[in-house]
Amino acid sequence: MVGNGDGPRIGILALQGDVREHAEILRRLGVEPVEVRTEGDLAGLAGVIVPGGESTTIGKMLVSSGLLDGLRGYFYRGGPVWGTCAGMVLAASATTGPRQPLLGVMNALVERNGFGRQVHSFEKDLDVEGFDAPFTGVFIRAPFFEDVGPGVEVLSEVEGKVVAARGENILVTAFHPELTDDTRFHEYFLEEVCGIERS
Amino acid sequence: MAENGRLTGTFRVKSGMAQMLKGGVIMDVVDAEQAKIAEDSGAVAVMALERVPADIRADGGVARMSDPEMISGIQEAVSIPVMAKARIGHFVEAQVLEALEVDYIDESEVLTPADEKHHIDKAAFEIPFVCGATNLGEALRRIGEGAAMIRSKGEAGTGNVVEAVRHMRAIVGGIRRLSVLEEDELMSEAKELRAPYELVRWVAQNGRLPVVLFTAGGIATPSDAALMMQLGADGVFVGSGIFKSGDPALRARAIVKATTHFKDAKAVAEASRGLGEAMVGREMGDLKAEERLATRGW
Repeated sequence: MVGNGDGPRIGILALQGDVREHAEILRRLGVEPVEVRTEGDLAGLAGVIVPGGESTTIGKMLVSSGLLDGLRGYFYRGGPVWGTCAGMVLAASATTGPRQPLLGVMNALVERNGFGRQVHSFEKDLDVEGFDAPFTGVFIRAPFFEDVGPGVEVLSEVEGKVVAARGENILVTAFHPELTDDTRFHEYFLEEVCGIERS
Repeated sequence: MAENGRLTGTFRVKSGMAQMLKGGVIMDVVDAEQAKIAEDSGAVAVMALERVPADIRADGGVARMSDPEMISGIQEAVSIPVMAKARIGHFVEAQVLEALEVDYIDESEVLTPADEKHHIDKAAFEIPFVCGATNLGEALRRIGEGAAMIRSKGEAGTGNVVEAVRHMRAIVGGIRRLSVLEEDELMSEAKELRAPYELVRWVAQNGRLPVVLFTAGGIATPSDAALMMQLGADGVFVGSGIFKSGDPALRARAIVKATTHFKDAKAVAEASRGLGEAMVGREMGDLKAEERLATRGW
């Protein structure tokens, strides 16, 4: 996938995970998805999604591909980033579990697999700050933020645990909007975080 | 099941788990030490079993579900998902694995089948299942029973990729064929495929399986993994290929790299350098009919 249109292009980190699911929703919203595998792929992107997957695996690949620094650089130059599930783990500045490579771009302490193993994975209707109606969260071996620091706005909680949050140019969700037909979180990212004007 | 407004065991949660594994490598491991090596090498999950398929072949006898003690030891050793195998049709082994809270159950032809006619009613479980298939009809029958992930069977424990290629081509080719049929041809096709009509129709409309499609059985080198990915696999199971090779950690990392960059021949070439001995392969013609694992199940 190489960008050739005039519209905004959104990157999806494509080292491992549910890349296609995000891409399909972006296309439905009239935005061109770009698969990001190397630092060079980040050029000219209006935003980057770090998809669901295995955070330890993606973390190791971020290091070996040089993208860990590349993505950090993109973020600190103001580039908008959205992490879903594994992406939320990677965005955090610290984890309660074993050490693993993290982007560390969000002031938060993350509990990996905080809701337990797969047999405890679940769907739940969530109240989300700024949304008129509940959003069905699909939680798969999902993390949560145990604690958040200054500059982090909590958007949704499950039983007191933070499952959606944002900062200036970062959005995280512990659940997978890309596994639903509900495009509101993708629209939120494009409009509110990336500042893309959509008709 | 619903609790605290949480709905567990939905098909979306089960198949979604497999979607998170895409682009990754799942490795067979027999103890905690191998599981750590797999995790450190970038595996997205491990398959806990007592003997890798090559040893099951060599040892003969009945192959069963692994000792829960050994499975728990692996669960404690790694943070990535842990899968385990139940015999075809052995729903009590599956119940035990669910009680152990493994993340995925492989109803596997690598173990000795417990039922020659019936597979497990997988929809009845909260835990998701992956099943092997040699063609599209078999894949859709398993999905009809509730499988949330499919892998092409290949011929496990041979280090020979030829059967994996045959099965992947059969599945992907079958999907391609369905996508060009007219609506009024689909019922007849469902009859030919011996597969549920609704699933046949879904595949025809969407041009893919409704669940993730991995590959398995005979993958031994980085090029094997990239070949299967280019043929349409969403990810790769490697069984004997890693821990029956000369340098398992090096080979594991190389297969992970080739799976990620499967379209980039330079990256695959780089990953293939200096890996040492691959596992010793078996030629299909040397296997007796009863040694063929892929014919187990239907």
